[in-house]
Amino acid sequence: MNISYRWLQELVPGLQLSPEQVAERLAMLGAPVDEVVPVGAQLGDIVIGRVIEARRHPNADRLSLCVVDAGASEPLQVVCGAPNVTAGAFYPFAPVGATLPDGMVIRKAKIRGEVSQGMLCSARELNLGREHDGILELHGEFETGRRFIDAVGLDDARLVVDITPNRPDLLSHVGVAREIAADTGLEMRLSDLPDAPALQPPVLLGDGSPESAADGVTIRIEDTRLCPRYIGLVIRGVKVGPSPEWLASRLRAAGLRPISNVVDATNWVLHELGQPLHAFDLQRLGDQVVVRRARTGESIVTLDDVERKLTGDMLVIADADRPVAVAGVMGGADTEVQHDTRDILLECALFDAAAVRGARRALNLSTDASYRFERGIDTDSMETAVVRAAQLILATAGGTPGEGAVAGPGLPSPEPVRLRLARVARVLGEHFDAATVERHLRPLGFDAAAAGDDAVVVNVPAHRRHDVAREEDLIEEIARRHGYDNFSDELRPFRPGTVPTHPLFLLEDRLRRMLVARGFLEAHTAAFAPAPDGDVALLLPLAATESRLRRALLPGLLRRCEYNFARGARSIRLFELGTVFGPPANDAGLPVEETRLAVAVTGLRRPAHWTEPDAEFDIWDLKALMRELGAALGLGVEEHAGNELLDDGLSFRLVSDDNGEVRGRGGRVRPGVVDAPAWAGDIWAVEIRLDAVPQPTVRYRPLPTQPAVERDLALLVPDAVPAAAVAAAISSAAGSLLEEVAAFDVYSGPGVADGVRSIAYRLRFRAGDRTLTDDEVDELVNRVLQRLLNEMGVRQRA
Amino acid sequence: MTDTTDLDRQLDALEAEGLAAIEAAATAAELDAARIRLLGRKEGRLTSIMRGLGGLSPEARPAAGAKANRVKQVLSEALDAREADLSMEGPGDGARTDLSLPARRDWAGAQHPVTRVIDEICTVLARLGFTRARGPEAETDWYNFTALNTPLDHPAADMHDTFYLAPGVLLRSHTSPVQIRTMQSHQPPIRIVAPGMVYRRDPFDASHAPGFDQLEGLAVDEGITFVDLKATLAEFARGMFGEDARVRFRPSYFPFTEPSAEVDVSCLICGGGGCSACKGTGWIEIMGAGMVHPSVFEHAGYDPERYTGFAFGMGPGRIAMLRYGIPDIRLLYDTDIRFLQQFSDLP
Repeated sequence: MNISYRWLQELVPGLQLSPEQVAERLAMLGAPVDEVVPVGAQLGDIVIGRVIEARRHPNADRLSLCVVDAGASEPLQVVCGAPNVTAGAFYPFAPVGATLPDGMVIRKAKIRGEVSQGMLCSARELNLGREHDGILELHGEFETGRRFIDAVGLDDARLVVDITPNRPDLLSHVGVAREIAADTGLEMRLSDLPDAPALQPPVLLGDGSPESAADGVTIRIEDTRLCPRYIGLVIRGVKVGPSPEWLASRLRAAGLRPISNVVDATNWVLHELGQPLHAFDLQRLGDQVVVRRARTGESIVTLDDVERKLTGDMLVIADADRPVAVAGVMGGADTEVQHDTRDILLECALFDAAAVRGARRALNLSTDASYRFERGIDTDSMETAVVRAAQLILATAGGTPGEGAVAGPGLPSPEPVRLRLARVARVLGEHFDAATVERHLRPLGFDAAAAGDDAVVVNVPAHRRHDVAREEDLIEEIARRHGYDNFSDELRPFRPGTVPTHPLFLLEDRLRRMLVARGFLEAHTAAFAPAPDGDVALLLPLAATESRLRRALLPGLLRRCEYNFARGARSIRLFELGTVFGPPANDAGLPVEETRLAVAVTGLRRPAHWTEPDAEFDIWDLKALMRELGAALGLGVEEHAGNELLDDGLSFRLVSDDNGEVRGRGGRVRPGVVDAPAWAGDIWAVEIRLDAVPQPTVRYRPLPTQPAVERDLALLVPDAVPAAAVAAAISSAAGSLLEEVAAFDVYSGPGVADGVRSIAYRLRFRAGDRTLTDDEVDELVNRVLQRLLNEMGVRQRA
Repeated sequence: MTDTTDLDRQLDALEAEGLAAIEAAATAAELDAARIRLLGRKEGRLTSIMRGLGGLSPEARPAAGAKANRVKQVLSEALDAREADLSMEGPGDGARTDLSLPARRDWAGAQHPVTRVIDEICTVLARLGFTRARGPEAETDWYNFTALNTPLDHPAADMHDTFYLAPGVLLRSHTSPVQIRTMQSHQPPIRIVAPGMVYRRDPFDASHAPGFDQLEGLAVDEGITFVDLKATLAEFARGMFGEDARVRFRPSYFPFTEPSAEVDVSCLICGGGGCSACKGTGWIEIMGAGMVHPSVFEHAGYDPERYTGFAFGMGPGRIAMLRYGIPDIRLLYDTDIRFLQQFSDLP
């Protein structure tokens, strides 16, 4: 919402605050100001000029040679290229030496052989609009040479106010003025209009029935739910033309473009009172106004010259046989006020918010009017709005007002709201007595009266009925008026909550710490995925690549690897903790969600250093990583056949120690899955479903007091026998005195037969209560060797 | 006749100069040269000094010989020690090691800036009694809108603003549904903070992403007031942004709180003096907050006459952008490792 500071000053006489101070106060009242734009600040050099004489430039058909009175003793010769320059008219004039808003400095020049001593300006050159159809003609009488911004009242500031959706009353100068007046202790009142004749308010006729008539025009509402009230006022004999400068400048200061006196009058009232009005050309409209739903197949050409198809759920204003406006959205081009319009019908109506929203959406046509109807207008100021618009039109366009017709029952007044003072204190933490409550509420238009010692009864004014309906709403008003910053912020004791921290957070913390310490970078992405990577579809996706919700993390993470390959990275180590989605499996229709961890890694095991040869991350690094992750999650690592993503023979799975459930997989990503450059290395990946598991418990074991005995065994193991099976057999055969068995070397080649490899195991024996003898250990080793030979054909290497 | 004192002096000089030369040897080759020069059997200085032994009187010879042997031993030991030093210091060719070369490194890992900010926020709030709660990212419109006092014809519920998965099922547009779910499953007192991904139908640009992070706080008990809200968030701001951080509460509007407030914190960049980050105001908007609306309690099954509470929400991504000077939200979600590495604690 654009607010003109001068307009605000007129509505709040005695206002001493600067535009910046007003902005500061509005922010603290809940309507922050995005910017304060000085209007006319760059126009200080521009003066009023009058063209005394304009004739064709002797050497150029499209140029005029003008004699301009700019207040100096001698008239100036000025060359002008605008088609609309007219002798006798007033224009903004930039004399030699003046600076324009774009920084251009006007110099004395010779144009096609004729001296030019200044420039007549267009609205665009003055930053007053985008019109570039000629220089800006000023309407009215002016003193030549006077500063332009003083002469037309453009010495103003525009406040761009951010209005929350609950406060449609602030979509008007009066609404903002009411807040500022209440805040500063001043009175808000409508200003007298310049040039306005003393006008008896027109008589408004109506008895609440859906039909009414005045001045030869009948008004009929077919659906009083969608249109509870329609006021029409006829004005005959207007003379349509440009608005006087005081009106045009005011609209420009508020960021609007002046059009004609009649249309500008309705825009003035819209921005002053927040009341959308429309003016029809009565000759083109006829003598009937019907508020009804559109009929199938009807269409209308709206003011923006677009033909729009209407549907049966849209409310329209129609004459005897066709729609002439989309109710609350935009008027039709056929009945638009034009330069030759003589009689008009002014409309001020109340339309249902949902109906206007529906039409606005269907037509994709948002207007100042639809914006306000959707949020709610002030039903008590409709008559005022019609009268004020009529006054403006009579003042600027002449004419004779007729009687007004009011159709429709209007809206019933709501019940007063009872405000308990104890409740106010319970919510706000500070006590307010009835007198203070009244003092806070009355300046905003609330009618508040104490009801006993402990309550105040409040009648809500029409302009606040859209956001104030219950006790809580009034409590907020009291807090706002008291000033949020004036409440204490002293910390008081609190009771601890009953909700324990969700265990998945603790697990995520642990995994994140572990992976960051191991040199991984955390990726954090939204759950969107292209169709092949998701089962749950969005109804209205933004892009085809984001049309589903991911069913797994890895495909997205591998795309992120490609992204980094494309930027020249060869060693990439990423992980992500995130949510994946599966098809709904319950009545609520919600997708099944899982929290998962994914890791993708490629390139060097460690950053290159000249002290050692470069080594690639390999299957053993992956296995180590998976073992660590598994340990944190209570999962064991098993060999695994691979899948569509992971290579056969280079994959593992993570299996629950508790129930054998498979929770994750990891391995080498199959070639071709990732679009990797030729210089990229193998890509390794892991994905794990996270379930909250208790943090592994640690139990102390007594430190050994007896020495250990170690024996190394080089074993010839057939290729078909896994090393882990050999280790397991060793453990089983050796019994409880074997403390640890570990493979430490693997060899195949000369000296070892085909189909067999040599694996060296180190066995460490220890007894808790005595020193083992060599004989004891030899016997155990022999038992192991015997078992290995018998059970798996493994013999000791000679 | 050789003078005893002269020989003594020669041996002393040999010891001192020899030790200096050994220490100065920077390479194995230099050390070898020093060894030959000092102790070489044919031309070494000790050999030539020893030759002078024959010129001493027989009585003087044993003492001088003993001294020569001691010097030889000292120099030999120094040569061996230096040799060992040199072989430890350098690889291969015996060049002296340039210690300005880079250290051996491991890959530097890093937490994502947004989860890092979330952790910081949750840590500060933990001191104020808030525990972490979570809820589903796909929600029903009841949890996302209706229960939060937002009618389904509200613009935010529009198909063009919120991602729907099916009629009535959507991607949550804020973390606030966690408020309702938590109140349904637990009894007061409630003190939770709920971080998580939320989704809005905004195409990517420098300040919008269709999926981004939000963080919600909720405190419910008997006797909680607007004063507690202000106190808690002021304390939070000091814990999060430093002891000098000030907060400012401005009236605002959210359907699920009343009174509602926007919370500004004194600018993180200029401290309140006014800069481009705060558009010259000295304040940066970081949170929305308010007293829980009675209708929210009604939907969650709490008695609004008995319980009051406050809620607040903020964008960790926005705070990360402010804190680290990140100009474009897309950097947060692109997963460019050159970006992520900047958040490593390692050099």
